Amino acid sequence: MLIFTLKRFALAALILFVAVTLMFLMIRAVPGDPVQIMLGPRATPELQARLTAELALDQPIFRQLIIFYGNMLQGDLGTDVFSGRAVTQIVFQQLPFTLELIFGSIIWSAGLGIFLGAYAASYPNTLIDRMVAIASVSFVAAPAFVVALLSLLLFAVHLRWFPAIGAGNGFWDRMEHLVLPSFAIGLSWVGYIARLVRASMLEVLGEHHIRTARAFGLAERRVVLVYALRIAILPVVTVIGVGMGFLLSSAVFAEIVFARPGLGKLVIDSITTRNYPIFMGSVLVSTGLFVVSTALADLINAWLDPRARSAK
Amino acid sequence: MTDVLLEIDNLSVDYETARGDLKALRNISFDVRKAEIVGIVGESGCGKSTLISSILRLIAPNTRFRSGEIRFDGSDLLKATEREMRALRGDEISIVFQDPMQTHNPVLSVGQQMIDIQHRSKAPKGEKREKAAQMLAAVGIPDPEARLDQFPHEFSGGMRQRIAIAMALMSEPNLLIADEPTTALDATLEVQIIERLQELQREMDCAILFISHHLGVIAELCDRVVVMYAGAVVESGDVRKIFHEPKHPYTRRLIECDPGHIKTRARILPTIPGEVPDLANIPDGCIFRDRCNQATERCMAHVPPLESVGEEHMAACWLNHEEVTA
Ligand SMILES: Nc1ncnc2c1ncn2[C@@H]1O[C@H](COP(=O)(O)OP(=O)(O)OP(=O)(O)O)[C@@H](O)[C@H]1O
Ligand SMILES: [Mg+2]
Repeated sequence: MLIFTLKRFALAALILFVAVTLMFLMIRAVPGDPVQIMLGPRATPELQARLTAELALDQPIFRQLIIFYGNMLQGDLGTDVFSGRAVTQIVFQQLPFTLELIFGSIIWSAGLGIFLGAYAASYPNTLIDRMVAIASVSFVAAPAFVVALLSLLLFAVHLRWFPAIGAGNGFWDRMEHLVLPSFAIGLSWVGYIARLVRASMLEVLGEHHIRTARAFGLAERRVVLVYALRIAILPVVTVIGVGMGFLLSSAVFAEIVFARPGLGKLVIDSITTRNYPIFMGSVLVSTGLFVVSTALADLINAWLDPRARSAK
Repeated sequence: MTDVLLEIDNLSVDYETARGDLKALRNISFDVRKAEIVGIVGESGCGKSTLISSILRLIAPNTRFRSGEIRFDGSDLLKATEREMRALRGDEISIVFQDPMQTHNPVLSVGQQMIDIQHRSKAPKGEKREKAAQMLAAVGIPDPEARLDQFPHEFSGGMRQRIAIAMALMSEPNLLIADEPTTALDATLEVQIIERLQELQREMDCAILFISHHLGVIAELCDRVVVMYAGAVVESGDVRKIFHEPKHPYTRRLIECDPGHIKTRARILPTIPGEVPDLANIPDGCIFRDRCNQATERCMAHVPPLESVGEEHMAACWLNHEEVTA
């Protein structure tokens, strides 16, 4: 148990380290003088020199990396080049918007996907099953940014059912602003999860313990919804945990199309302005999000599956 | 014959496969009377599990009922609606399936599963739980109250088998079907379970259809026995008659090959030279003819009918028709 946990932590730290280092190097590989782009053409040489020193850009890249990690371990991600505010503060201000968007997308798409998959598996090779199959294939084929653009044009601009841009204020307003972007992100997941659940459900329904449940005359609903589904959704949890990286990248698109605040928008803006501290801060947090979500998936699985619980 | 509980009448069941229809059961007939223990014995693959899944109609999707009736308390289960079947399952007819390692739901606690199967009772949950603990105690699981909260994988194979038996007996069924309930157990445990089953059977007065390929267990436990070979009944009747004067060469070979008694019996099947015929391509004549050392011309061409060869004794072999062949 202890060794397992330690291994997990070591793996998580390694993923974080590799990803963050890679990003650190990549942003520095983007062509153009970062200080000039950050400060604009009319900045004085003194100002430029100060910023260069502040970001340690005059040091060899290896030293820059060490300085970055040194500060990071002390909880200091630097300050925003423009506003001078702490990066941690800015990033954590934006994080809830992205979390909201990702969880909104997961909840509706997993809910619908599980329902469709379980339904299709209960009536395999019927018309309903085929319709679910066709629908899910076409959903999977729809990339998030295309859905985002189309739904923006249709539901926000043309039909005016939902607000087009921003994240809204107050609970209901925020929920309303969440509908279209989370629809765009979640749509391809619905099909994916439906197919996943259908396959695992069909497998579970063929297992011997299901026959046992039926042999005791349990209602078919209970057999399907409790005895089989509890097992059939286990892979979904893992897939969502691992798919967090994918969800984050869809969130970037959605945040740009719908002009929503959030990590994605923060990353894009920081790249175009070469705002190194903000960029590194958002990269660190989103990688952290990925690492945490896979761990969380393991935890949820352990909670749903007693076999996994005692294996640790 | 009012004391008959279950009548299998000329039942034929096929499995549809890519190679064509696999004739898993052919013209099976026998019955089980109230409060009686009937054994079904036969080599692996002879259709024992197919037979009992057919009774409860818990069958693989490629199963096809070709002919016959399965009458329980007089009504044909093959014609019953799904709803009527569900009402019987786990109430009047209970079943213990073959593989104890996969027979319970892996993500629900044993207690939860034992409470769930009492869905017909209106008793409060606490009472159902108490009853579950009592049943576990009755099949010899120590500390039942605490073990109700555990999950199947926390029990050994033998314990899971006993839990399955406890669950099946919970509703005090009129008919208990047990598919090799002792195969997963070691010899001492097997004896214990057999004795428990006998006790519980006496207490509850239920009929048992007991499947095994161990003759010793059958001899110990059963009143009557049905010997199956390759999807057909070759001999059936009173247990003593069949063991003392078997009227079918297959039964004879089974008894000869059986190393003996319940304690020393080998785990493996008795070995009889030759192979079971391909059920998808059944040859003419007697199903056992290729492995029979007494086979005649007649056995090659015609299927011997299952006919009475004495009181409480039926067999399907031309050798019992000497007056015709001689
Ligand atoms: N779903 C299925 N589709 C096709 N063939 C099947 C199916 N289930 C069983 N069979 C075949 O039917 C025959 C009878 O199988 P069955 O499981 O009833 O045997 P059994 O007597 O219970 O054997 P064992 O002692 O090993 O449990 C075997 O040849 C088996 O391979
Ligand atoms: Mg079997």
